[in-house]
Amino acid sequence: MSGTHSHTVAFVRDTMLPEQDPPASEVGAVGWMRHNLFSNWFNSILTIASIAAIYFVLAAVIPWILSPTWEGTSLSNCRETLAAAGHGDAHGACWGVIKERWIQLIFGFYPSHLYWRPIAAFVLLGAALAPVLFSDKVPSQLLIFSALYPFIFPWLLWGGTIWMPIAALAGFVIGGLLFKVLSEKASTLIGVIVAVATAVIWWLFLAAPVAGIVDSILPIGIEAVESRKFGGFMLSVTIGVVAIACSLPIGIVLALGRQSDLLIVKYICVGFIEFIRGVPLITLLFVASTLLNIFMPPGTNFDIILRVLIMVTLFASAYMAEVIRGGLAALPKGQYEGADSLGLNYWQAQRLIIMPQALKISIPGIVSTFIGVFKDTTLVSIIGLLDPLGLSNAIRADANWNGIVWELYGFIALLFFVFCFSMSRYSMYLERKLQTGHR
Amino acid sequence: MSTLTDPPKEQFRLSMLLYDTRYRSGTIQVIAMFGFMLLAAWLINNTLSNLAALGKPIDFGFFSEPASYDINQRLLEYTSRDTHLRAALMGLLNTLVVAVLGCITATVLGVIIGVLRLSSNWLVARLMTIYVEMFRNVPVLLWIVFVMAILIETLPAPSAFRGESPEATMSLMDSVAVTNRGVYIPEPLFSRSLGDIHLLGQSSLRFDVSLDLIAILVVLGLSLWAAHRVTLRANRIQEATGDRPKTWHVRTAIIVGPMLVLLIALGFHLGYPALKGFNFQGGTHLRNSLIALWLALSLYTAAFIAEIVRAGIMAISKGQTEAASALGLRSNRIMRLVILPQALRVIIPPLISNYLNLTKNSSLAIAVGYMDITGTLGGITMNQTGRELECVLLLMLVYLAISLSISAVMNWYNEAVKLKER
Repeated sequence: MSGTHSHTVAFVRDTMLPEQDPPASEVGAVGWMRHNLFSNWFNSILTIASIAAIYFVLAAVIPWILSPTWEGTSLSNCRETLAAAGHGDAHGACWGVIKERWIQLIFGFYPSHLYWRPIAAFVLLGAALAPVLFSDKVPSQLLIFSALYPFIFPWLLWGGTIWMPIAALAGFVIGGLLFKVLSEKASTLIGVIVAVATAVIWWLFLAAPVAGIVDSILPIGIEAVESRKFGGFMLSVTIGVVAIACSLPIGIVLALGRQSDLLIVKYICVGFIEFIRGVPLITLLFVASTLLNIFMPPGTNFDIILRVLIMVTLFASAYMAEVIRGGLAALPKGQYEGADSLGLNYWQAQRLIIMPQALKISIPGIVSTFIGVFKDTTLVSIIGLLDPLGLSNAIRADANWNGIVWELYGFIALLFFVFCFSMSRYSMYLERKLQTGHR
Repeated sequence: MSTLTDPPKEQFRLSMLLYDTRYRSGTIQVIAMFGFMLLAAWLINNTLSNLAALGKPIDFGFFSEPASYDINQRLLEYTSRDTHLRAALMGLLNTLVVAVLGCITATVLGVIIGVLRLSSNWLVARLMTIYVEMFRNVPVLLWIVFVMAILIETLPAPSAFRGESPEATMSLMDSVAVTNRGVYIPEPLFSRSLGDIHLLGQSSLRFDVSLDLIAILVVLGLSLWAAHRVTLRANRIQEATGDRPKTWHVRTAIIVGPMLVLLIALGFHLGYPALKGFNFQGGTHLRNSLIALWLALSLYTAAFIAEIVRAGIMAISKGQTEAASALGLRSNRIMRLVILPQALRVIIPPLISNYLNLTKNSSLAIAVGYMDITGTLGGITMNQTGRELECVLLLMLVYLAISLSISAVMNWYNEAVKLKER
């Protein structure tokens, strides 16, 4: 058979042809462009239009950015420099204002010899967040420092006696001890109620006098800084960080309340969350600036930053509650049932089984809530606080810099962009990491 | 020998309120209720005693007093002699105007950008990513003041349009004037107008309804209905015979014809803006504040909507498209019948919550001086009358009502498109 076959086929190739290079139009830069930029007529039009748009934007912006005015002392001085350099009238940025005022845009009117304190506070913030954010790379013993940090942070920023944050911390210690003793001796419920009540009484009536007495005996402290000296980017970060840190526990409680079977508790939580989420932040800031003192006992007078912090915290906690509720809802029902079948009670189940998983799922949501709150802190300029946007108006009121617009807005936008963009990238990284963990 | 007995009846003891799960939830709720009432009572008591000390008992009488401030961008007729209530109404309408305009443009932009981000064109996809990241990561308030600054600083002043060889010219065949005081667009006018109906007499809530507008809406409604009947008839014929009669020319004629006749009968023409003195007269004046707010809110929200649209399209698996084309559907039908209904189920809920965000963000109008409800009721009225409590509470209630009605729509939609399983 094979013999006949070999006779019928005239020629059989027994060596492979050498591989040929692909056509020049399909590889390298040309091929890439054909595939990605000019694959059909519509894409070609889009590409050309985009290139034209990029060219026009860059042609306008780059000479403006590259203007030699870093040494300018006033707007008119900048214009002279520009005219001397042949830049044409006013077509160029006046960077002198940024060079002169960038410190103010970042720190507001915070005393300059104390700049190390906000810097230290935010560096330590990174250290405190590290064990939470990068849990696989940082030893978990640092968590103790994270727990103490909420008391170090306000002390570093506002200064004053060290006994005040210690007294505030003591409230938690007293409450925790009472809860531990009572929940063993009597019931958990009594323990919770008594511990919370005692801690609240301690903070409201005893903490300040006790701290005062101890301070008069053993004065340890650093120079106090008034709230009205806070400003600039530091103020935004402070409001954002405090609001998120305080809203996390409140948000957890609200989310649990919204999920609970207890009707009254549930409706109180739903009412609070929906009310806060239904009104714009600016109305809550109006409450902070005009009404909060009316709601408090006669004679109380908070300073405006504290009032804003309270309202922004309430605002953030409603959003946080929804994020955490999403995390709770995403847990499979088997987790709840498994906890029940182990005989754990509600709080044990929450603490050991539910919350660690639910919080882990909701970290990307928490980060994006944080970005949102951080961006929303610019709204405090409307009620007269000197955040970067408020400061930009103040700088423009200076006769030297009257008429400066783009440089200031651009600088502020850049600061916010760098901060928010890196946070959102982190959140994406986290999402990817968590996804692999779950599948 | 065993006897069946009832289990011993447990006596109710007080401690069971704490230890027995049957009663404990009741105890917790009573305590929570008690704590909540205590907090509320404390706040109300503080408020009342503070207000009494200030000599400002809660009183909404200021609403009937004259507002004595002007609102330059408004929908209804208003003078500074009108009451605070009417000023607040103007503000509410302004809020709704900018919210509706913003939602429309943000949706259009967002869909375009979201689709382009998925484009196979490398450059366009990158550019759209830059757009989204740029707008999402900078505060919306900054965008609003930034757009306002662009409008004021870069556009020509009305005086630049004057003279023999003006520096600036009107665009779109001399019908639109873009100046640094705002944009003037042509306004619709009727030379044989049917007149207005004045509703609610002289009260603060009075408003006029143009009979021309009603006539146009009625005719439009009727012709759309008739066009729909034509389509239905075509469907019936197609089902009976298999041939679908051509209907588009009949439908176009039904929609356009009566409208043209009506417009000619009413004497419809456009009133063009013209430079008189130092400023443009005639036409509709859209002020910078409205345009800056509208533009900034649209651009900002479009970035979020683009991400939603992208996620919605990516959520539909490729198998759906392939299965649909295996059934023999054409590509536009695949989009309309298979992809869109599924993608919309993913897209619409977050889209509506972004509309809600846009509406709430429109309260930042106060930064550029657009007189929305925050600028009137929560701004000048509050500062003039000193009635902070009443004004801020009402302001919150208004926004709450808007938000709750938007979320009611969302819940209704979610119910309607929910996957009906078993």
